[in-house]
Amino acid sequence: MLSAESRPGALTPVPDQPLKTTILDPAHRALKARMVAFAGYDMPVQYEMGVLKEHLWTREHAGAFDVSHMGPCFLDLATSGGDPEERHQAVASLIEPLVSGDIAGLKPGKLRYTLLLNEDGGILDDLMIGRPSDPKFQGRLYIVVNAGTKEADLELIAQAAGRAARLSRADDGGLIAVQGPDAADVVGKLFPQSRSLSFMTFERMPMEKRTVRVSRSGYTGEDGFELLAPTTAADDLWQRLLQDDRVRPIGLGARDSLRLEAGLPLYGHDLDPTVSPVEAGLAFAVSKKRLKAGAVRGAERIRAELDGGATRVRVGLKVLEGAPAREGAQIVEAGWAHLGQVTSGGFSPSLGYPIAMGFVPPAWSAPGTQLTVEVRGRGQAAEVVALPFVPHRYRRPA
Amino acid sequence: MKFSKDHEWVNLDGDIATVGITAYAADQLGDVVFVELPVAGKSVKAGDGLAVVESVKAASDVYAPVTGEVTAANPALGDNPETVNDQPEGAGWFVKLKIADPTQLDGLMDRAAYEDYLKSL
Repeated sequence: MLSAESRPGALTPVPDQPLKTTILDPAHRALKARMVAFAGYDMPVQYEMGVLKEHLWTREHAGAFDVSHMGPCFLDLATSGGDPEERHQAVASLIEPLVSGDIAGLKPGKLRYTLLLNEDGGILDDLMIGRPSDPKFQGRLYIVVNAGTKEADLELIAQAAGRAARLSRADDGGLIAVQGPDAADVVGKLFPQSRSLSFMTFERMPMEKRTVRVSRSGYTGEDGFELLAPTTAADDLWQRLLQDDRVRPIGLGARDSLRLEAGLPLYGHDLDPTVSPVEAGLAFAVSKKRLKAGAVRGAERIRAELDGGATRVRVGLKVLEGAPAREGAQIVEAGWAHLGQVTSGGFSPSLGYPIAMGFVPPAWSAPGTQLTVEVRGRGQAAEVVALPFVPHRYRRPA
Repeated sequence: MKFSKDHEWVNLDGDIATVGITAYAADQLGDVVFVELPVAGKSVKAGDGLAVVESVKAASDVYAPVTGEVTAANPALGDNPETVNDQPEGAGWFVKLKIADPTQLDGLMDRAAYEDYLKSL
């Protein structure tokens, strides 16, 4: 046995190249993590508690996740001086043509979820772009891209920036997510200012003499933070977090099941270059103003799809019987006509039954629609349900 | 009890072989959330897929370590798949097979040989 069609593990493991490690690699080994290849990195898939308990711990307390394999970077205007607002407009104008969102309109200190698009409006990546709050850092954007798409994304952004701005990577340090109902208190003890951050804002905060970028964001549906620490602070920060009894280290296995319950897409699985923002259910990430002006890549397609022209949409599925329906499982109607396929699926530790996300034609996308998923040649009843499967608990501004 | 290189165990009682996965395999899989078992009456050949065991993160095949006919599948695993983790080499058994040729177990390892094999992995 053990011929596992293992997940998570996809996304371009480069053959014949040694796996890269994150700065926290020695810490994972000391914690006896089970390591797997993910996006070219040797990453912890679980620690001693195991995926199920790690998942539930995060929903009840707080989990610390090493996400240093992702691609944090900074885009800085090459020129200095000038009005802060104008400097922001100048740097935003460099990257905005590549993405779906309104970057020029970002308020200081805000972080925005946006999509990198190709000319057809297909999704090349989903990413975060932030505008620093400090007036003296205007003309800079904080960007975090996915691990599997990192090199291609950075090349696109650097190309778009040309000589007008400089792209510098920050993926040599540590990026640590702290997620769960106790995250605010845990992070608040280390960074008192973090208590005043609301969802999708970020700020530079001191840890002794070092600077950590603290954002209130995450990928679990829980309240929480993502902490970007320089190389000199990453291990220290990880150890300080784990010293708190409420925190346990959480691997990629639970990260995947947590984000699935939160209905959050995973690039390379639920999103790829053929999928548009409307199909993916991510139209909220497309700037209406820029779309109207035709300034978003694939604007014509996106407009047509918003007007009812989409041929498929991402839905949540509750699997009513049998085994988990995993990525690649076919979705069919009762008469066995093919409708689409599952792009992410597994067992939901919080709900106690299998859940999945996949694409179906809009006529089959209403919650309550009864469908069939095929697992190992057998049909199993499933029902379309609203996303997220487990309610988000973000700390939104009052 | 005999063991296969694929981490199944077989316990022979007369011509009925009880089959499950080893403690090592259960630990490697992690928390088992679903087990797909064959129906009674199904004939399987050694090396055929016998069952599928699902953890939170993956589905894994379990192969028949011997040739025989399924006489029973463990009914307890339907509601309590975690029994595979709790008692892999006992209450977490998968199927009972009626086997025609008990000498096929000769090709499998005894516990000492299996433990040596685990050390070699």
